[in-house]
Amino acid sequence: MPEDQSKSRPARKTAARKATVKKTERPTPGRNGSESTRVSGRAKADTPAGQTSTASRKRPPRSAFTQPSRTAPERALRVVPDPVVGESGPAAPARIQDQPVIPGLPGMTIEAAVNAAVWMLRAAGSAAGLEGAELERRVAQTLAFVRRRLTGDYDIDDFGFDADFTEEVWLPLLRPLYQHWFRVEVRGIENIPDDQGALVVANHSGSVPIDGLMTQVAIHDAHRRHRYVRSLGADLVFQSPLVGSLARKAGATLAANPDAERLLASGELTMVFPEGFKGIGKPFGERYRLQRFGRGGFVTAALRAGAPIIPCSIVGAEEIFPMMGNAKGLARMLGFPYFPITPTFPLLGPLGAIPLPSKWIIEFGEPIETASYGVAAAEDPMVVLELSDQVRETIQQTLYSLLSRRRSVFF
Amino acid sequence: MANVVLVTGVSGVLGGLMARTLSNDPQLERVIGVDAVPPLHDMGRAQFVRADIRNPMIGKILSQERVDTVLHLGVLATSRQAGSRSSQKEINVIGTMQLLAACQKADTLERLVAKSSSTVYGSSPRDPAMFTEEMTAKRGALGGLGKDSVDIETYIRGFARRSPGVDVCMLRTASIIGPGLRTALSDYFSLPALPVPLGFDGRFQLLGLVDAAAALRLAVHGQVTGIVNVAGDGMLTIRQAARLARLRTIPVVAQSAPLVQQTARYLGWGQFDAEQMDFLCFGRGIDTTRMRVDLGLEPTMTTREVFEDAFRNGPARGLLDAVTGGSRA
Repeated sequence: MPEDQSKSRPARKTAARKATVKKTERPTPGRNGSESTRVSGRAKADTPAGQTSTASRKRPPRSAFTQPSRTAPERALRVVPDPVVGESGPAAPARIQDQPVIPGLPGMTIEAAVNAAVWMLRAAGSAAGLEGAELERRVAQTLAFVRRRLTGDYDIDDFGFDADFTEEVWLPLLRPLYQHWFRVEVRGIENIPDDQGALVVANHSGSVPIDGLMTQVAIHDAHRRHRYVRSLGADLVFQSPLVGSLARKAGATLAANPDAERLLASGELTMVFPEGFKGIGKPFGERYRLQRFGRGGFVTAALRAGAPIIPCSIVGAEEIFPMMGNAKGLARMLGFPYFPITPTFPLLGPLGAIPLPSKWIIEFGEPIETASYGVAAAEDPMVVLELSDQVRETIQQTLYSLLSRRRSVFF
Repeated sequence: MANVVLVTGVSGVLGGLMARTLSNDPQLERVIGVDAVPPLHDMGRAQFVRADIRNPMIGKILSQERVDTVLHLGVLATSRQAGSRSSQKEINVIGTMQLLAACQKADTLERLVAKSSSTVYGSSPRDPAMFTEEMTAKRGALGGLGKDSVDIETYIRGFARRSPGVDVCMLRTASIIGPGLRTALSDYFSLPALPVPLGFDGRFQLLGLVDAAAALRLAVHGQVTGIVNVAGDGMLTIRQAARLARLRTIPVVAQSAPLVQQTARYLGWGQFDAEQMDFLCFGRGIDTTRMRVDLGLEPTMTTREVFEDAFRNGPARGLLDAVTGGSRA
């Protein structure tokens, strides 16, 4: 950081001119004792942002607040500062109290905080191997996103899906898990249509519904049109604080026919796990054995919308939290459908929440056409159950063939 | 075809606006405005009759003036307009019952249009993303306008059954926002800091006052019967709205709503309605296909435009001042 004394006066003036007045001030009786003397802060534009923030944190801020009018001459903020006579620091002081201040952090102006954030973003970006224009573009993109979030300038759709949040926060958060932890391999992504609606039907497993999240990343990242998948979740999801509102923002909605049909009718790619809690909460011994598919409500929704059904088989999710036991009493008390006991949970406490790093394969099968049956077929239990069975069989067979080709659970 | 229209609740903002709008309508012969208190605003050509709809006198007006269309807007959205919750309920429910009893006797009546509210759908985690008209609440409203609206709709449905000669149309509107209009939601956004439920972020729709008036006008003149949802396009969440209005939020546990209500009153912040908490948590969306297809309304303002128009500059102070005459600090 450039020291006050070492800076030449003209240089500082230009700097101050560059930055619209952004000065800090502090009474420095230690330097020459006179009360009127003050060391002016530096214009922020000529110093790196991170340093500026430390500078503003170093200064004792409260005193600046308690005696503002005495120390600072009455003067409007202007781009070119007035010369101040009898001052050790050459440039004019601006009053910090004119700037927006973060509540609770009196010395920390919003300006300084933003500069610090930008500096940290740059540092993080270069640590991630980004350089030059690309780095600047990413920093600007992130800042634009933060601005949109802080001002509420984003749109949600009828289901509460927030594409901005999903693209900038949700998927980037899941990506490390997807790429490095589970090393997901995607097959048959070409079976996902480019823009029409379709119903992805998948097996559900793993005690915690991470398979839904990973499939969401898989479809977004592997598909050439980067489609968002809209999952259908149980009402328990939407009852839970935080989880519910996050799920809605990330594109989920209630697993009920009105919502499924509305999504499909508007051409969305919709995903459902017909096994529900029966699939996700089954004991480890029954892994990769599909549970009941219920009454085939998902088939009804697809038939009504004339949307194809895409069977999706997920291998690897069963091993992330191998469920050895189920504390049913505890589950009932807490209102959960099951309470998993895994080799690490609850034995190791929070460590038990780390999923085992199994190797995943997600395979999308050939679409099963439903439009040819006609809308009336949705009322025909025979057709519905037959199609439901066909989808279930397809997923089950694919699971077996994927498992037989799998070398090991973890590689 | 509507010829003589009786509008109830004309001393309210929406009622007054409708009386003015309809009285400028050359297709209508006469517009009669009824309310228990005289209106403070201009009524246009409309003729004001001071009458309480809870009083049998309303029947006389209906038959003497040969009213053929009744537009029922005499429903209070918040309890403060009535003084207390019990008198709000009295005015809303008993008033509607009496009005319907009078309507049943009036042989000139051809059409009844009533403003209901989307609060009849309630708010719960098991709600569909968008309610269509034939859906029912998964968890009904516990009190306030929602409960009154459910009761009112039940009576109106009963009336429609008993009087097959009268066309009945009910508009379930999203929260209407406009200058001077007070609803539970506008009261909420007028708080200096918004209590938001921890971990939840409900979605909501709004309806601009101008679009609400247009919808009611179409319903008075049109042939559409049954229930029609009316709302502006698009949705906002509570937190997003708070950011748009630059309002501070205070996360509170959803179960503490009654406590928050009391605290807000104690601190003199204004009105926080504890019954709103479910709505703030889970929100609500209504499907407006019938509004477009059957009623023929294209809303001129989206939910976000309505919100920004009302709350962007200095949260709702303009709204409040219009009501209280700027007496509020």
